[in-house]
Amino acid sequence: MSEQPFTGTLRLVFANAMSEQPVLTVSRLSSSFGSTCDYCKNSKAQLDRNVCPVCGTIHALREVSIEVFSGEILGIVGESGSGKSTLMRCICFDQRASAGSVTTELVDQGKTNLLECSAQQKRAIRNTLFGMVYQNPWLGLRMDFSAISNIAEQMIASGNRNVKEMRERSLYLLDKVNIPLRRAGDAPREFSGGMQQRVQIAKALSNNPPILLLDEVTTGLDLSVQATVLDLILSLRRDLNVSMIVVSHDLAVIRMLADRTSVMLDGKIIEHGLTDQIMEDPQHPYTQQLVHSLL
Amino acid sequence: MTAMLRIEGLSKVFYLYERDRLIQGCQDIDLEVSAGEFVGITGRSGSGKSTILRSIYRTYHPQSGVIWYDSQRFGLIDMMQASERQVIYLRRYEIGYVSQFLSVLPRTTAFDTVLQSALESTLIDRQNGSAHYNRAVSETERLLRHFNLDEELWSLYPLTFSGGEKLRLNIAAAMIKRPRLLLLDEPTASLDKASKFKVRELIEQLKEGGCTMLGIFHDLEFMEGLCDREYSMHEGFVDAASRQ
Repeated sequence: MSEQPFTGTLRLVFANAMSEQPVLTVSRLSSSFGSTCDYCKNSKAQLDRNVCPVCGTIHALREVSIEVFSGEILGIVGESGSGKSTLMRCICFDQRASAGSVTTELVDQGKTNLLECSAQQKRAIRNTLFGMVYQNPWLGLRMDFSAISNIAEQMIASGNRNVKEMRERSLYLLDKVNIPLRRAGDAPREFSGGMQQRVQIAKALSNNPPILLLDEVTTGLDLSVQATVLDLILSLRRDLNVSMIVVSHDLAVIRMLADRTSVMLDGKIIEHGLTDQIMEDPQHPYTQQLVHSLL
Repeated sequence: MTAMLRIEGLSKVFYLYERDRLIQGCQDIDLEVSAGEFVGITGRSGSGKSTILRSIYRTYHPQSGVIWYDSQRFGLIDMMQASERQVIYLRRYEIGYVSQFLSVLPRTTAFDTVLQSALESTLIDRQNGSAHYNRAVSETERLLRHFNLDEELWSLYPLTFSGGEKLRLNIAAAMIKRPRLLLLDEPTASLDKASKFKVRELIEQLKEGGCTMLGIFHDLEFMEGLCDREYSMHEGFVDAASRQ
């Protein structure tokens, strides 16, 4: 071993990061489908899973709070219908939340609730701050436009007007996600599912967003492509310090990527902790069931 | 000498909801490790040795007790009460953990596995990026050579390695971070004699460098002369007659 540990100056840098506020704070976010009644307005009301027994309102999210720090990957696991995707969609304004706040220190030092911004501001935030990758590529891509114009569209939306620069960046990103460049001009409609997913990732990365929201990115990809995508995600964190929320029901993916993990059930976060603690010593009965189902 | 680590009344049981069973981890453990000391834990398998190490590393969430760790950055801190972010920081810069099992990224070469580990604790500096990178690379080379890992293997995927090769890689990845406190969970199990000596040699070096270590060893005789003190575990308890 050499005499000096080579970590001296870096500790300071990280130390500053430690005293920082979280990059993204979601606080008591709720989202419901239906009329809501006096009974289920009480957040402690006993529901039939996530459905109100009185009025039939579906509570997709019930007072969910999460924090994401700089350069951190937060994993979210849970069964289908537990509200994982709704959470992501509420954060990036695709869906209206009924209560709660989303703040980021990158906008107004975290004093503004992003959910209360004007439609125009929301669009600007979405285009520059968030990169969203949907479980279903049809939601994230225009299937009839070429792959390269899908990516360019995102850059134009954020104010870029330099065609040469956009073209170069698009090709660079497509190459990075292993799409053969001769197919850059083809429409995603003609691509395989895995390729569509990768074009979506390239699109989400186009503006170098500081926060990435990844909803089941690797689901449905074959294993070798999955490994490439995981590599890509980790290198983004390592090289660009991008913060991410990764939703997946694949525990192996979460174990590999996430520093911390939250477990969702029936619209609520039932357990959160360091990823290895969630995997090795789960506290909640549902989490135990989930972990013990792992192959 | 001041205590680097002091555990008081640590108890951990696991409750399996599906089977409605209570599993005993460890019970009422008191343990102390001073700065620069090398302390061993022995005992039959299932006696709760690993439970202690994993509780310190916060992989397990014990029911009661306190785990005082004297951190460089946070001062005296109870590992059970520390925030998740604090634990992540400590794991990255101060506390290392070597287990018998290797978990690696798919399609990452042996060399990169160790290098990533080195970079993880250096990466954030942008100005001095390349100097740090080069240093991490040479350190990686040095460690892999030290562990006699054939240079032909460096560019291969660890998934194809033999058990001993994997373990050596694992130790290299943990040790390259030069942690202040190193937790060793049977690092010499399944190693042949020559590799064991290599591990011992490295532990010796680390100890000379002032690294504090707490380790579980099946064959403690092998660590004879290195180990300052040992605790022996029996059915979840530390034996009263532990050799001091």
